[in-house]
Amino acid sequence: MLIRRSSDILPSEITPREVYLTRRQWMAGAAGLALAAALPQELEAAPLSAAKSAFSTDEKLTRREDVTSYNNYYEFGVDKGDPVKNAGTLKTTPWTVKIDGLVGKPQEIGIEDLIKSSALEERIYRMRCVEGWSMVIPWVGFPLADLIKRVEPLGSAKYVAFETLNRPSEMSGLRSIFPVLDWPYREGLRLDEAMNPLAILAVGLYGETLPNQNGAPIRLVVPWKYGFKGIKSITRISFVEKQPVTAWNTQAPHEYGFYANVNPNVDHPRWSQATERRIGEGGLFVKRRPTILFNGYAEQVASLYSGMDLRKFY
Amino acid sequence: MAARGSGQGAKQGFSLPQVPKILVYGVGFVPAVWTFYAGLTDQLGADPMRVLEQTLGLWALRFLIAALAITPLRQLFSINLLRYRRALGLLCFYYACLHLVTYTVLDQGLDWAAIGADIVKRPFITIGMATFVILVPLAVTSNNAAIRRMGGQAWARLHRLVYAAAIGAALHFVLVVKSWPPEPLVYAAIVAGLLGYRLVRSMGKKPRAKPRPA
Repeated sequence: MLIRRSSDILPSEITPREVYLTRRQWMAGAAGLALAAALPQELEAAPLSAAKSAFSTDEKLTRREDVTSYNNYYEFGVDKGDPVKNAGTLKTTPWTVKIDGLVGKPQEIGIEDLIKSSALEERIYRMRCVEGWSMVIPWVGFPLADLIKRVEPLGSAKYVAFETLNRPSEMSGLRSIFPVLDWPYREGLRLDEAMNPLAILAVGLYGETLPNQNGAPIRLVVPWKYGFKGIKSITRISFVEKQPVTAWNTQAPHEYGFYANVNPNVDHPRWSQATERRIGEGGLFVKRRPTILFNGYAEQVASLYSGMDLRKFY
Repeated sequence: MAARGSGQGAKQGFSLPQVPKILVYGVGFVPAVWTFYAGLTDQLGADPMRVLEQTLGLWALRFLIAALAITPLRQLFSINLLRYRRALGLLCFYYACLHLVTYTVLDQGLDWAAIGADIVKRPFITIGMATFVILVPLAVTSNNAAIRRMGGQAWARLHRLVYAAAIGAALHFVLVVKSWPPEPLVYAAIVAGLLGYRLVRSMGKKPRAKPRPA
């Protein structure tokens, strides 16, 4: 009788670690797909129907692939390729948004109710990042003003403050030993800015619910301001009397103002804001294009700032 | 040159298999060629120009660090790679050239007014340009004829400018990013370590060099 001892196993018969890991990944993926097929409501991106809007630009859209893989979302890493890799750990259901502060109807709203509460519109907006690049993104969302009216802000409310989820267990960047920002990410608008019809709460892009790396399940989009004002994965909206503390302004006040309106005439201290590179335009040989005041939305928003020195209130 | 380098290595008793220097250049240019090719074939993601620009700059810094690591490796670990130092230094210079060309041609589209304003107004670009300017005389004198013409001491004194270039390159990287992400700080720490090592060593030597009073 031949009893095979463990040492009889040839080294070549042992599956290398990377192969079995890949196999496990594949099986996990297959299981995930099967589950997703069985439960369509659990799919990452669900289709959203939305009405067209007169505020949309007819400029060429930035590829969906670029919009969803080139992101600044420091809660998932500082590299622009990090969020798409790391944001899968974020759980966006259940999700509630707390509305508090100086309002007649403070409340906590579940994301489903929030989406149902207003008619969704597609808004194709230019997005200008403070770093000097831009995109054209077909957002799906609803006017922030709709929500604000419903919660009845008090006369003393002058500003709206927003907060991103702060959940280190699901957001790798929050566990970094180098805290890049003073978490949670915070942003704010003056109440009249927030009421402007261009300001939306986006819940989708390219006709589907937001991917996590773009700020799922709900984010702010204010297209006349630099991208960092568009706070992602919002969990709290507060109505306050004083100008709220905001993340980048706290990190480097002389570089990132509270207003952060797109303005080619006011440079970032470390780089010019006169021009921008449109992502996906020309590849390696991308040509810079001139940046436009208020990102081309002066007609709708310039009156908000009449009489203000935009160099001082950058 | 080769004989001198290997001779010193043999004395220490730790010998590494030698590779032809041309191979160092060949391998050294792989990141540049690959990144450029990947950019042309749409494999660098949404913002290929920026990836190319940053990759070239990063490799310039990496080769500078590699060149600066030669001396401590020899002194502390008896690993002699002296014969490759010139190739590493020149690779740093070539990558700095490519980085600069990418910035002026691809990034700024040869808009000299914008480039001039950048150099004057933006400290990180001022520092980057100054660093490049420092590298030029070092690259120009990186040949045996220059060493002979200048004399070893003068040549060595000139090439101490590489320490200024290292500080400039690390600072350029730290200042270009938003906030304080770890990567530029890690590179800055490596540069600080390599320069600090030399400082400590030179301070340790001084008292012995001076005649001691009885």
